[in-house]
Amino acid sequence: MKLKHIAQAAALSALLATSAQAQVSDGMVKIGVLTDLSGTYSDLAGAGAVLATRMAIEDFVAAEKPSFKVELVSADHQNKGDIAANKAREWFEKDKVDVATELVTTSVALAVQKIAKDKNKIALMSGPGSTAITNENCNDVSVHWTYDTYALANGTAKAVTQAGGKKWFFLTADYAFGHALEKDASDVVKANGGQVVGTVRHPFPGTDFSSYLLKAQSSGAQVIGLANAGGDTVNAIKQAAEFGITPKQSLAGLLMFITDVHALGLKTAQSMFLTEGFYWNLNDETRAWSKRFFAQHKRMPTMVQAGQYSSVMHYLKAVKAINSDDTAKVMAQMKKTPVNDFFARNGKIRDDGRMVHDMYLLQVKKPAESTSPWDYYHVKATIPAVEAFQPLSASRCALIKK
Amino acid sequence: MDIFGIPSPAFFGQVLLGLINGSFYAVLSLGLAIIFGLLNIINFAHGAQYMLGAFAAWLGLNYLGVNYWLALLLSPLLIAALAVVIERTMLRRLYQLDHLYGLLLTFGLALIAEGIFKNLFGVSGQSYEAPELLQGGVHLGFMFLPLYRAWVVVAALTVCLVAWYVIERTSLGATLRAATQRPDLVQALGINVPVLVTATYATGAALAAFAGVLAAPIQQVNPVMGSNLIIVVFAVVVIGGMGSILGSIVTGLALGVIEGLTKVFYPEASAVVIFLIMVLVLLVKPAGLFGKQA
Repeated sequence: MKLKHIAQAAALSALLATSAQAQVSDGMVKIGVLTDLSGTYSDLAGAGAVLATRMAIEDFVAAEKPSFKVELVSADHQNKGDIAANKAREWFEKDKVDVATELVTTSVALAVQKIAKDKNKIALMSGPGSTAITNENCNDVSVHWTYDTYALANGTAKAVTQAGGKKWFFLTADYAFGHALEKDASDVVKANGGQVVGTVRHPFPGTDFSSYLLKAQSSGAQVIGLANAGGDTVNAIKQAAEFGITPKQSLAGLLMFITDVHALGLKTAQSMFLTEGFYWNLNDETRAWSKRFFAQHKRMPTMVQAGQYSSVMHYLKAVKAINSDDTAKVMAQMKKTPVNDFFARNGKIRDDGRMVHDMYLLQVKKPAESTSPWDYYHVKATIPAVEAFQPLSASRCALIKK
Repeated sequence: MDIFGIPSPAFFGQVLLGLINGSFYAVLSLGLAIIFGLLNIINFAHGAQYMLGAFAAWLGLNYLGVNYWLALLLSPLLIAALAVVIERTMLRRLYQLDHLYGLLLTFGLALIAEGIFKNLFGVSGQSYEAPELLQGGVHLGFMFLPLYRAWVVVAALTVCLVAWYVIERTSLGATLRAATQRPDLVQALGINVPVLVTATYATGAALAAFAGVLAAPIQQVNPVMGSNLIIVVFAVVVIGGMGSILGSIVTGLALGVIEGLTKVFYPEASAVVIFLIMVLVLLVKPAGLFGKQA
């Protein structure tokens, strides 16, 4: 009798011990959204990214009924690397944040990525674009989710060059991101038999692009590649139409979001090619999610916001599957599990931290072709995950053994 | 024929573009110069008033059906009315204090206005179409000139000249200038100085709003469009000589051209060239090119 009691107690304590080993610290997972809430990128990421995160958490809790709590914190990094670094450090050290997410703006991403590694926490990046994140700066606690400059250049520049736009002129924002985008795109243009006839680098941010456009006009280029983003791209496109440059020469926006097209209006943006990782009007699944998002945000999601939901959901599911928020274990689980949701098709996280998934080559509709609000794109091609991103053979990441 | 290694048609094209941008600098710096010259207030809300002018035009068109031409008149009036409220309730308490207080107050107001509009409309901006009459353009031989840009130069220069004429050549202008020198004496002559001061601030703000409406069809109407521009405009005012009316107009146009040419020869420097000139001018003529030595 006594023996039985002892055995029972032993069994019980063994059970307790194992569950104590593998468990979520403090019974809580804390997700930090560090994004641009007030600046240039606040429309494409910003409050919409915070909303996407909240939706992911609510959907996860409702569907999976986890044994742990999930909390959300958010902060504005003002597109400044130092502010982002301080906030991330504070979150990881004091506030028990397990994962820093979104991180739009390359300088922010690169800074937080390093801090995450130091503190052994995870960085999930949806908004930033630079390929440096998964090359020179790569580490084993970061995942770059939605897109990068290589994928965009590869999609847009390749399609436009192959369609006969052989002579390119680049209008490039004069900072690291613009240079990277220009380089990636020129490589693609040249590899597809095209040539670059000129380039001009403009200070960031700019408002008047007419001088540069005049140069591009006289260069004899067929295509003007816009290696810039946000307001710069929008104003350049607008002024190209004003100066009669389009439609004689065509424009290729190398980084454009649906919010940019919305701001420009179809009349000005029509017929442009662009590449995105997500479009709300792709299929029933994307429409269903996007309409829920729209109901609260009053704007359709950008790829960054949809990707944010996808990455947070993937993370939470990994934590639940192994019942642990231990960084190495969660990373292993996330990399092991393919990503297939409304956002990503054929998604997979590679060892360099790149989440590869299908990308879409899109063309902006003419005003007459658009049948409902936010119905902006023709899907011209699906670029398969294996082709869309920089191949591992070209990787400059130290984690990739060759 | 080549000028500095670029074909002359391209060169003239760039000079013309510089003049167009210079017209904006001229109208904006004129407003600042009037406010500083007559009120001694460094109006940091100028950029926000420019932005509000553009937004008023956009809102008017989209919600009330107010067309561009009407907006060109109504939007400055609306912003002037707002300026009257600001001057009456806040600014006038600061005239006796150091410049810094006026600067801080107007800077704060600018941040508030910008924040509210960011919250309401986001940062991607709104498209405003040029009126039908001014769409399209003409081939000048050396470049394609959009009609709207030609209109901008004409409208801006007209407004600048009228403002200059009123202040420097009419009795109203003379009274204004006298009121800034010796408010007590002018008051003693039976002239209502506080009303003059309020009207002056409102005029400066109206000029900013006017420039905002002019800019709306050229660039996106965006909550940050003013703060992107205001620092450059301040540099223009400093180079021209704080408070000098003619100085601000001439300097605005000249710097537009210099900036435009920098965009041709060394585009990377086009954002700093104006500040470089400012440094040089301040070293040689601390009161600015047209300023009177204090």
